[in-house]
Amino acid sequence: MTTDVTTEPHRRLALVDLLDRVLAGGVVISGEVTLAVADIDLIQVSLRALITSVDALHRAEDGR
Amino acid sequence: MAEGVGLWLYAVTGEPAPQRPDGLRGVAGAAVHTVEAGGLSAVLSPVSLAEFGADALRRNLEDLDWLAATARAHDAVIGAVSTATTAIPLRLASVYLDEDGVTAFLVEHAARLRELLGLLAGRTEWGVKAYADLGPPTERAVPADQPPARRDPGAGTAYLLRRKEEVSERERAQQRVSERTEQLHAELARLAVAACRHRPQDRKLSGQPGWMVLNGAYLVDDARAEEFAAAVDTLRARTPRIRLELTGPWPPYSFAGPA
Repeated sequence: MTTDVTTEPHRRLALVDLLDRVLAGGVVISGEVTLAVADIDLIQVSLRALITSVDALHRAEDGR
Repeated sequence: MAEGVGLWLYAVTGEPAPQRPDGLRGVAGAAVHTVEAGGLSAVLSPVSLAEFGADALRRNLEDLDWLAATARAHDAVIGAVSTATTAIPLRLASVYLDEDGVTAFLVEHAARLRELLGLLAGRTEWGVKAYADLGPPTERAVPADQPPARRDPGAGTAYLLRRKEEVSERERAQQRVSERTEQLHAELARLAVAACRHRPQDRKLSGQPGWMVLNGAYLVDDARAEEFAAAVDTLRARTPRIRLELTGPWPPYSFAGPA
């Protein structure tokens, strides 16, 4: 997967800063919420997504 | 509430919301509105549970394009609300099934939410990232020269000694950077009413030269914002070996602890 997010370093950096905050910060609510987001380590989920895509991008560049 | 529709929460503000979020669009382009209870307002918008329900979310959070678009939409609404009033940001992917659930949340946590509004009023979050051009010991301890020939024990000893010196010099340099980083964080924290540190970002993601040694967040009185930025410049000039980057202003994500 290649996206503007992964191909443009500046935008990627801004996204990583944002994810640091929206996934680790903010009030966490529990109880009536639809999903047990607290059960998921959101940081790990998102970082896995990012690293996978950045790796894919690097492989694509190396393969040129 | 229609079947299969949930409510995505962005932020909590005092009531009445001084500026209604008319015309504001949130995740998936839905119109933003408020639910008021217990003297507080929740800013939210309807979302399809087919896309934002628990199972779908688990899947979608792994999709970088989806995650990026959703995070930016979430942040855009919180940013817009924050310019009008003090807002407590909710963590990404806080979805309620109906308005009763939102109301119960506001009523149950009213005291804590009020306390947070008091802490955040008139203050803004700033980020400071620091990079140092030092590798981790495992990477940089590898000697540049070739291992010694097997039949020469003297050369072997010299090689080991030299390597040990290289490693310990590297460790001392890292120790110095680590101490300096603690000082930087402490000095910035002194200008803030609250400070915390996020995990340093993966080098693959930052794409920056050097290693991130500090990923700090600082809640600063708006009256001291210029002073804080000036302090970052001063520290930058004082520590040429550590590269500092100021980010923000941010909604106070890092200082809205669990309700």
